[in-house]
Amino acid sequence: MTKKYDVVIIGAGSVGVPAAYAMSREGLKVAVIDELPSTGQGQNKKAIGGIRATHTNPSKILLCQESINIVASWEKKYGTDIEWHQGGYTFVAYNEAHERLMKENLVIQKEAGLNINWVARDKIIELVPGISQEGLRGGTYSPEDGNSSPLKTLHAIQKQSVIQGTDYFFKESVVDIQTENNHVKKLMTNKGVYEADYIINAAGAYAKEIGEMVGVNLPVFPDSHESGISEPVKKFIDPLVVDLRPGKGTKNFYFYQNEEGKFILCLTPEPLIPGTNENETSVFLPQVAQRLINLIPRTKHLKMRRTWRGLYPMTPDGSPIVGKVHNLEGYINAVGMCGQGYMLGPGLGELLARLILEKTSPHDERMLEELSFYRDFGKVEKLK
Amino acid sequence: MMGSEEQNRINKHPILSEEDFEIVPFSFNGKQVSGKKGEMLSSALIANGIQIFGHHPKDHAPQGIFCANGQCAQCTVIVDGIAVKSCMTPLQANVKVESVEGYPALPEDDEEVVFQEIETVETDVLIIGAGPAGLQAALTLGKLGAKIILVDDKDRLGGKLLLQTHKFFGSVTDSYAGTRGIEIAKILEKEVQLYPNIDIWLNSPCIGVFSDQLVGILKEEIYLHVKPKKLLVATGAREKMLAFPGNTLPGVYGAGAFQTLVNRDLVKSSEQIFIIGGGNVGIIAGYHAIQAGIEVVGLVEALPKCGGYKVHEDKLRRLGVPIYTRHTVVAVHGKDHVESTTISEIDEKFQPIKGTERTFEVDTVLIAIGLDPVNEFYHKAKEFCMDVWAAGDAYEIAEASSAMFSGKIAGMKIARSLGLTEAEVPKEWELKVEVLKSHPGPVVQREKPIKEEGIYPVFHCNQEIPCDPCASVCPKELIAIPDGGILGLPEFQNQEEIDCIGCAQCVAVCPGLAVTLVDYRDDSNNPLVTIPTEIFIGKIEKGEELLVVGEDSEDLGKHTVEKVRILKKYPNTQLITVRLPKEEALEATSFRLPKGKDIKEIQKYQDIIPDTAIICRCERITAGEIRTLIKQGITDANELKAITKIGMGACGAKTCTKLIEKLFREEQIPYEEMTPFVQRPLFVEIPLRHFAGLSKEEKQDD
Repeated sequence: MTKKYDVVIIGAGSVGVPAAYAMSREGLKVAVIDELPSTGQGQNKKAIGGIRATHTNPSKILLCQESINIVASWEKKYGTDIEWHQGGYTFVAYNEAHERLMKENLVIQKEAGLNINWVARDKIIELVPGISQEGLRGGTYSPEDGNSSPLKTLHAIQKQSVIQGTDYFFKESVVDIQTENNHVKKLMTNKGVYEADYIINAAGAYAKEIGEMVGVNLPVFPDSHESGISEPVKKFIDPLVVDLRPGKGTKNFYFYQNEEGKFILCLTPEPLIPGTNENETSVFLPQVAQRLINLIPRTKHLKMRRTWRGLYPMTPDGSPIVGKVHNLEGYINAVGMCGQGYMLGPGLGELLARLILEKTSPHDERMLEELSFYRDFGKVEKLK
Repeated sequence: MMGSEEQNRINKHPILSEEDFEIVPFSFNGKQVSGKKGEMLSSALIANGIQIFGHHPKDHAPQGIFCANGQCAQCTVIVDGIAVKSCMTPLQANVKVESVEGYPALPEDDEEVVFQEIETVETDVLIIGAGPAGLQAALTLGKLGAKIILVDDKDRLGGKLLLQTHKFFGSVTDSYAGTRGIEIAKILEKEVQLYPNIDIWLNSPCIGVFSDQLVGILKEEIYLHVKPKKLLVATGAREKMLAFPGNTLPGVYGAGAFQTLVNRDLVKSSEQIFIIGGGNVGIIAGYHAIQAGIEVVGLVEALPKCGGYKVHEDKLRRLGVPIYTRHTVVAVHGKDHVESTTISEIDEKFQPIKGTERTFEVDTVLIAIGLDPVNEFYHKAKEFCMDVWAAGDAYEIAEASSAMFSGKIAGMKIARSLGLTEAEVPKEWELKVEVLKSHPGPVVQREKPIKEEGIYPVFHCNQEIPCDPCASVCPKELIAIPDGGILGLPEFQNQEEIDCIGCAQCVAVCPGLAVTLVDYRDDSNNPLVTIPTEIFIGKIEKGEELLVVGEDSEDLGKHTVEKVRILKKYPNTQLITVRLPKEEALEATSFRLPKGKDIKEIQKYQDIIPDTAIICRCERITAGEIRTLIKQGITDANELKAITKIGMGACGAKTCTKLIEKLFREEQIPYEEMTPFVQRPLFVEIPLRHFAGLSKEEKQDD
C-alpha cells in the first residue's frame, strides 16, 4: 500500500528530525524514514553537543543563531530538559597567526550580528581555570553560544514532531526514488512505497547515495573524527574551548565540560581520514590526552570513560548544500553538514519549512543562494 | 592506633591464615583509622566498620562496595584529593581518604608535564585473564614455545581460584579434584613461572580493543599497546544482577564480591547474610560465610530445587541454614545500608504470591543467581577481525575444573594456528570438558550397607556429578565409580581378601564432605564413625562434645569426640571420630556449630513498589522509568540510553545490559526486535595521564 505525505524526509538525524518538527508544526503531513532502529543513531549520537553561531559563512551564522534560539527556549516552551547551557565558545590564541585570523574573522562575524569579542588573556584564564598560560595571548569569546545533549535534544524534538503528527519509520532503507516529468513521484523502501510532494535528502554521511537515485551528484564525502567522554567531575569550565594549534597528527582540538561535569573531547585528525569507517582506533586517546593536558594540565587526573568515532559529511568548501535542484521538482537537499548538523539542524529545519511553504524571506533567499548546490565551491569556510 | 584484632577482621578461619602484615594509619573523613598496608582500601574501610563510601550526586543514594573487582565505580573514594576505585587501590600509610559527596573536584595540580610515546609491544599470544582458563592456556602454549604475554588486573595469579577455599570436584588426574581452589592457584602459578617465554603482567588491566588491532593495557601504571598475533580472552564471568526495591543499597552485592572480602581479604564484612540463588555459587558462598563466622539467615531459590550440587546443598542444610525453594527476595530495606530483607513465595510464573512475605533482619544480601561471560573484549576483537579465541567462563559458563580444560584446548588450537604443533586437540580433552561441565543428575535413593562388621566408608552423595577423588585416592583400590569415568556414584567394592584399612583418605579428600568411615570392629552395637569437617576454628580435642547431624540434617545429639585426625595431605580437614549407636552410625554425616545470633523475623514488612528497583546503578535509572519507555514502543536499547542515559555510567553497562533485556522480555518484546547496546572502549576507566605517557612515578620525581 502506498503511503501519502506532503513531505518525506530521508534520515531521522540531526537535520531530518528538526525539519520534521518545523514542517509538522506548520501543518504539513510528514514522514521520516531511517534505516537505523531509532532516532539519531547515525551521526547525531556521535556529536559532542556544541552549538555555536561563530562561523565565517554568514548563512551558517544565521542558521545557527536560529538553532540557538530554538534550543535555548525549548525547555521553557515544551518542558523537556535537554541540558542546554549557554556557556559560550572561546577560541584561544597562542600565536600571532591565530590572533590575526580570529581578529579578521571578527569583522565578518560582527557584521553578521554575532555577539563575539576579542578578550585579553586574563579573561581567558578566568573563563578556563587552569589553562596553560605560557604564550597565551587572549582569544575570542562568544557568550551566546552554548551546548546541549545531542541525544536528549533530538529526542525532545522528535517527541514534539510526533505530537504534531509526524510518522517515523525505522529499520527501513530507501532503495529507489522514482521521478516522472521532472518531478519526484515515489519513494521505495525495502518495506513500502511512499508518495510525497517533497522528498528531503537528510541522509547525512550517506547523502551522496540518495542523491544518485535521482541523478544529483552531490560532492559530499565523509571523513571520520574520534571523540571521547570522561567521568563527571565538579564543573569548573563554562565555555566550549577551541584550540587551533596543531599537534602531532592533529589539527583543531575542542572540548567542553557538560552540565554533569563530564569532559567531551574531539579533535580533527591531520591528515584527514576519508571514508565511513566508524570503528574506534588506538590513536585517538594518546592524541587527545596530550592535547587536553597540554592545555589544562590538571586534567591529567581526569578519568576517561568512553570513546567513539563519527563521520563528518564534508563538502569541498566546508558549508552545507541546501535547497532545490534544477529540473527536478520536489527534491530538496539538506546535506553536507560538515560535522555541524547538530548545530545547524534546528535553524535549517525552519528554513526548509519556509522553503516548502513558499514563505522565504529575502534573507532566506540569500542563504539558499549561498548554500546552493550550484555555488562556486572554491571559497573555503575558515572555522570548519 | 587500632590494631587489627579490634576491627571487623577474620583473624581465625578453619582454612585460611593471615599473612604477615604491617598496620598503617590513615584517615577517613578526618577520623583516624588503620589498616593493613597494601590491602585494598575498600577492605581496610570495611574492616573499620565503614560501609558507606559516598552518596550518588543524582539522588544522594548511599554508595558502597559492589563488584569488588574493579569493574564498576561504586566504591569510589577520594584519596589525597584524587577520586579512585577503592577496591583496586592498595592502602598506603597516612593517606587522607574522603567519601565522595557530589561530583569530585579535580585537584588544582597545574604543573606541566612531558609526554612520552605510547609503546607498542608485539607478541605471539596475548592472554587476558590469569584465572584457571588463562593459566592453563598459558601453560599449554608455553610448553610449545610460544611467546606469551599473560595479563591480569589483580596483584596475584589465579583469578577467582584465589577466592575458592573449598576442595574442587572433577577429576583428580585432570583438574586437581580434591584440592582447594586457592591451592590450585599456587600450583599453576609455580608452573607458569617456570617458562621464560610466558611474560606475566600483574596489576595490568586491559582497557579496550581497538580497530587497528591493538589492545590497550595499563601495565603497572604505564599505558601501552599490545599487538598480538593471537588473542585469547579468558576474562571469566560477572554476576547476573536482580532488580528489586533496595537493590543498590550498600550491603547488596554478588557472591563473588563477598568471597573477595571474606576469603581474599579476610574482612568480616557482615554479621548476618541472606543469599539469593541456590546454584553452586550461592551455596558455596553460604558455606564460606559460615567458615568466616558469619551467620547465614537463609537462602532462597526460585526453582522447586536448588540447582547446585546436592552435596554442597547438604553441607549447608546440615549446618542449619534454612533453604527456601520457590521463593525470591522481593525487597531489601534500610536507610543507608541493608537492615532487612523481605522474601516471598512465588508461583509457577515466578510471580510473588501476596501474603507469603516474610522479613528477616540481615545486614547483607548476596545475589548469586548466575553468571554471564565477560565477553566484551572477545566481541570487539571479533568485530575488528582479530584472530581471537575465548576460554573458560568468558567462552561458556561452567565449573572452574572445566575452565582449566577449556584453557588447555584453546591453547592447543592457538598453538596449531601459530604452526607450533601439528597435533590435534586430543579427543579425550573435548570429552572431558563436556563431562566436567555436566549438570548434576537426579537425586537417587542409595541403599545403606547392611554388614555390621569390619570397617568401611559410607557414601552420602546421592546425585551424579563429575567427581572422582574418593576412587582415586583409595590405596587398596576398593572404591570404584561404576561407569569407569567420573560421573557415576562411587561404590565400596567389598572384596574377599582385601579389607579397608581405615586410612580415611577418601573421607578427607571428598570435596562434598560426603564420605564417612564406620568402624564396627571393637563394638558392633556402638561403632566408631569418622566424620570430616572444616568449620571449626582450631583443632578439636578428644573429649569435646559436638552436635552430630544426620544425612537429612536431623539432630543426632551431642557426642564425645573419641579421636581427631588430620591427614598431612589435607591439612584443613579435621577427621573427627565419635561413637554412635549402630542405628545412627550410617546416618551421621556432619557436625553443627553452636547457635549464633538469633534469626530475627520482623512481622510487618514495608510497602514494596517493584518499579523503584534500580536498573542502572551508575546513572540511577529505575525499572519504572525504563518500563514506561518500553511501553511507549521503544525497542532500541540505544534509544533508552539516549533518553535516560542508562548504560552511560562508569561501569560501561556491565550490570544493566542484562536487566534491560529482562525488562524487554517482561514487556513481551521478542528478542529479535530488540536492538542491544553498542559496546565501545574503554571497558575500564583510567586517568587521562596514562594515555599521554605519564606514569605515577614520574609525577613523584618532578
